[in-house]
Amino acid sequence: MPELIAKSALDGRSLTLGGVTLAEVAIGPITSVAVLPGGAKAVAKGLKALGLTFPAPNTFTERKGARIVWTGRDQAFVLGVDCPTMEGAAITDQSDGWAVLAVSGVAAVDVLVRLVPLDLRLGAFPVGTAVRSGLNHMNAVILRTGDYAFEVMVFRSMARTAWHELETTISMVAARAGVKI
Amino acid sequence: MRIDGKGLIDRTKPVRFRFDGKDYAGYKGDTLASALLANDVRLVGRSFKYHRPRGVLTAGSEEPNALVEVIGAKNQTPNVRATVQEVFEGLDCRSQNRLGSLRFDLLAVNDYLSPFLSAGFYYKTFMWPRAFWEGLYEPIIRRAAGLGSLSGKHDEGVYEKAFAFCDVLVIGSGPSGLMAALTAGRAGADVILAEESHALGGRLLSDAGTISGMPGGEWVAQVVAELTAMPNVRIMSRTTVTGAYDHGTYGALERVGLHKPARPNLPRECFWRIVAPHAVLASGALERVVAFKDNDRPGLMMASAVRTYLNRYGVAPGKRVTLFANTDAARATARELMAAGVTVAAIIDPRPDAFSVEDCPVHVGAEVIGTRGRLGVSGITVRKGSETFEVETDCLAMSGGWNPTIHLTCHMNGRPRWSEELAAFVPMEGAVPGLVAVGAANGSMSTHGALATGRAAAQKMAEALGRTVQVDLPEAEDVPYQIKAFWAVEGKGRAWLDFANDVTTKDVKLAAQEGFRSVEHMKRYTTQGMAPDQGKNSNVAALAVLADATGRGIPETGTTTFRPPYVPVSIAAMGAGGRAEGFAPQRFLTSDQASRDRGAPMIEAGLWYRPSYFPKPGEATWREACDREVDMVRQAVGIADVSTLGKIDIQGKDAGRFLDFVYTNTFSTLPVGRVRYGLMLREDGLVLDDGTSARLAENHYLMTTTTAAAGLVMRHLDFVHQAFCADWQVRFISVTESWAQFAVAGPKARALANAFVETPVELPFMGVTPVRVRGVDGRLFRISFSGEEGYEIAVPTRFGEALFRDLVARAETLGGGPYGMEALNVLRIEKGFITHAEIHGRVTAHDIGMEKMVAAKKDCIGKAAAMRPGLWGPERDQLVGLKAAEPISAGAHLFVPGTEVHRETDQGYVTSVGFSPTLNAWLGLAFLKDGRARIGERVRLVDHLRGLDVICEVCHPVFHDPEGEKLRA
Repeated sequence: MPELIAKSALDGRSLTLGGVTLAEVAIGPITSVAVLPGGAKAVAKGLKALGLTFPAPNTFTERKGARIVWTGRDQAFVLGVDCPTMEGAAITDQSDGWAVLAVSGVAAVDVLVRLVPLDLRLGAFPVGTAVRSGLNHMNAVILRTGDYAFEVMVFRSMARTAWHELETTISMVAARAGVKI
Repeated sequence: MRIDGKGLIDRTKPVRFRFDGKDYAGYKGDTLASALLANDVRLVGRSFKYHRPRGVLTAGSEEPNALVEVIGAKNQTPNVRATVQEVFEGLDCRSQNRLGSLRFDLLAVNDYLSPFLSAGFYYKTFMWPRAFWEGLYEPIIRRAAGLGSLSGKHDEGVYEKAFAFCDVLVIGSGPSGLMAALTAGRAGADVILAEESHALGGRLLSDAGTISGMPGGEWVAQVVAELTAMPNVRIMSRTTVTGAYDHGTYGALERVGLHKPARPNLPRECFWRIVAPHAVLASGALERVVAFKDNDRPGLMMASAVRTYLNRYGVAPGKRVTLFANTDAARATARELMAAGVTVAAIIDPRPDAFSVEDCPVHVGAEVIGTRGRLGVSGITVRKGSETFEVETDCLAMSGGWNPTIHLTCHMNGRPRWSEELAAFVPMEGAVPGLVAVGAANGSMSTHGALATGRAAAQKMAEALGRTVQVDLPEAEDVPYQIKAFWAVEGKGRAWLDFANDVTTKDVKLAAQEGFRSVEHMKRYTTQGMAPDQGKNSNVAALAVLADATGRGIPETGTTTFRPPYVPVSIAAMGAGGRAEGFAPQRFLTSDQASRDRGAPMIEAGLWYRPSYFPKPGEATWREACDREVDMVRQAVGIADVSTLGKIDIQGKDAGRFLDFVYTNTFSTLPVGRVRYGLMLREDGLVLDDGTSARLAENHYLMTTTTAAAGLVMRHLDFVHQAFCADWQVRFISVTESWAQFAVAGPKARALANAFVETPVELPFMGVTPVRVRGVDGRLFRISFSGEEGYEIAVPTRFGEALFRDLVARAETLGGGPYGMEALNVLRIEKGFITHAEIHGRVTAHDIGMEKMVAAKKDCIGKAAAMRPGLWGPERDQLVGLKAAEPISAGAHLFVPGTEVHRETDQGYVTSVGFSPTLNAWLGLAFLKDGRARIGERVRLVDHLRGLDVICEVCHPVFHDPEGEKLRA
């Protein structure tokens, strides 16, 4: 039992307004798996032990609480489970580097289209899509976890700005819909 | 004057608004212009240059005259078009560009001076003396000419930006736009239908006529109901598409809350970026002005606007209206007015062969040659052949035909084509990829033409999207549009072209006469088309007058360039969310709250916020706190959060080889468990960054960068890897955010650090080891940026705040405490350590005395370029220390004592300074010509900005513990 007190970036904050819920979520360990040249086979074997396969670009897959997210060329993040070291890849712990915000609800997409310059229509951005893009002017990894649910990963130090921007946007979308704030 | 039973306004919902301090009543659905006209307010503004009385000219966003200031609690918006602004309860606005009241504008004197104020007047007159321009002439001219005023305060209103994607973007919702949206919508395509007005229908709301046997408005309601019910169609009203850009991107401005009282969080406007592979431009056409003497008085209005006010808003803009028009279609204006019981005093038609039987006097082959009435028209003078006569009238409806609204088709450098048949410019097909103009925007002037072309364009787009659709074409009028160009009435006096910028036909002719024959030159010389309406009402007529004056045809003369935005877009909307702290993300340390709790002022370091110093009771200035913190580190122990430094995890068999390639010195030979200082060059041989890298395992390094260059170094590594050694066995990723890291420095550092690790460690200087920190896996480095025995303890970020608070508490018991950026800076200057103040992008390894760190045995990025002549040697400014008894400044320049102080005698400059409590002197780091050879000399430091002139001693840059005994203790 560590004697140091652990804190998440936003203390697990959440809010619901105008049909949108914003919440900091704890997703467990985050591990970067960067495939070294010629290491794909060995990595496939290593991931198999977790029930995962290396994801195609701009996608993520899930299996039994373990999730693997494409984050760049020859790079993926394993989320939710401890990822052992494996042959053929550089394994780096990223658990503390990110704050994860879940944005959900029928108007969630209306909120994100105000901050993300991508086509978020369900046909173009189906469930299982993961992209590295921008949340206004900060880098983010954006995942669609459901028809009306997204997760946004931002650098932990920028979590407060990300929260502020999402909260402001949620308020504006709610005000447009006539919700009294 | 309101007319009973007409218009689409909601008479059950009256609203009160204020104009120039007076209360008026209108209805929901009114624009400010229609409500003012309903209240018989004809005078609404003053012109730009001559301060002539002006009234409402149009009923759309092209309005050049009726510009007002809207006053809100948190903002004041100038140049709002009264024809666009909807009235709402409590709307407060005022007229602009006047000195005194609107009725008695003192600057109307300019109108009497007009013979002297023609185009080019300023250029010719205010040339001498030259120096008077900025101080005297320009401020006076700017005061006299202009439009709305700014409050001078920040606009704290709420604005929004958003992105949208669709298959088909339909711009405009007149008959062609509705038909296109309906066709694409029924085909199942994702459609966005953008309409500038609050209601859909375009001219169908303003003109009488039937579609499929029903009144136009009814057909519109039916189509809108169907479109609203389609989940794949999104209707965006109050949205003007402002520009066409690359890759099917369109800018659009939505008026979200401007038609309502301000509410918290409700955006005023939203700036959209809409991406669509296919777009239908159904923007219609703008009716054009005829130039004749004094054609700018309040009460002169476009004929189509008169019909709009009558049919859409139930307002008669006059009691005795006259019509001056050269098309058959414009006759509807007179007929509809008469049907509504308004007197039409005369129809003046310049065509000698025009139809002359109406229920009112008709003068064919006649022209209006003048108007009268001080604050509004009261009569006109008509010339027919050799005879002239007067007609009493309070409203003259005019029409010189129509200009298709082709702006968007020209936004990507396309030039329009002149159509002799329409006497107008029409879009060049394919000028904007994916954009197809339909209806009046493409010269199909009848309702049938609009419906047919709208449907055809959408059908083609549906096919391209792999969809099929059958939509019946509704029946509608298909009267051919026949026109003979009629731009200006010959005669004396000033005939206005550009109402907004006060440009007359005379000005255009003068431009031609003075050699400004190109349309672009004429535009700039006269300022025609440069007002908020961007020449929508005047461009074509002005270039027609220019063509005539220069003896060329209109196609040869050509148009000026159409540029986005189509309507004015507020900067606040384009920059939504970016004001003040919204400018960039803020990065906060885990120790942020703990530092603020201690009253530390936070300063920005890149995007990070770091504590400047930690004030204690009784300390009056930051210097006192800083001096104390420096002493504390030198005598006991200090804690600083250094998590902002960039951290890059590098792994793979070739990791060492990779570091050898990017650093000037060698890392492949570094033993596991050791740390080495490294220097990195850019490709051009100048210093990029410095830092330390630790070897954590055989194939595993951890690189540390400066705070400022963390992102830059990461990008550099990516570039080097991808460009030069993509096949190497190396992978790297930023772990800056993953670790919270704290410097523990001072004689008691070891005692403090050991109290936090499970097993006390004896770590050599520049060593690293994994440790358990209070039950958490962490890392311990023995490195120092202060010159004292120093450690850095790293733990996963989630434990950062706890470790900082615990470290500080224990340090205080030992006589230490936290230290901020000020003390950190003094400590490193005392030790002669460099930061980006020194490695500012123009220095080489040689300049900072680190040429020996460029390994001879291997190549590295920048090595070859660093060998270029001129980048090393005694002629370079070299890093030295400075010592002085009185304050010195960074940015000051250095001179040889006794020489003159000017550019040629400059010997170097100061990069960092601080007062050293340790040496009780002012210390600085500086770059001095051949500096290393001049240690011990005296130099004169001069700072003209701060008024400093100080003699300093040139020293070795390391003042404190030059042998490094303390570091290695």
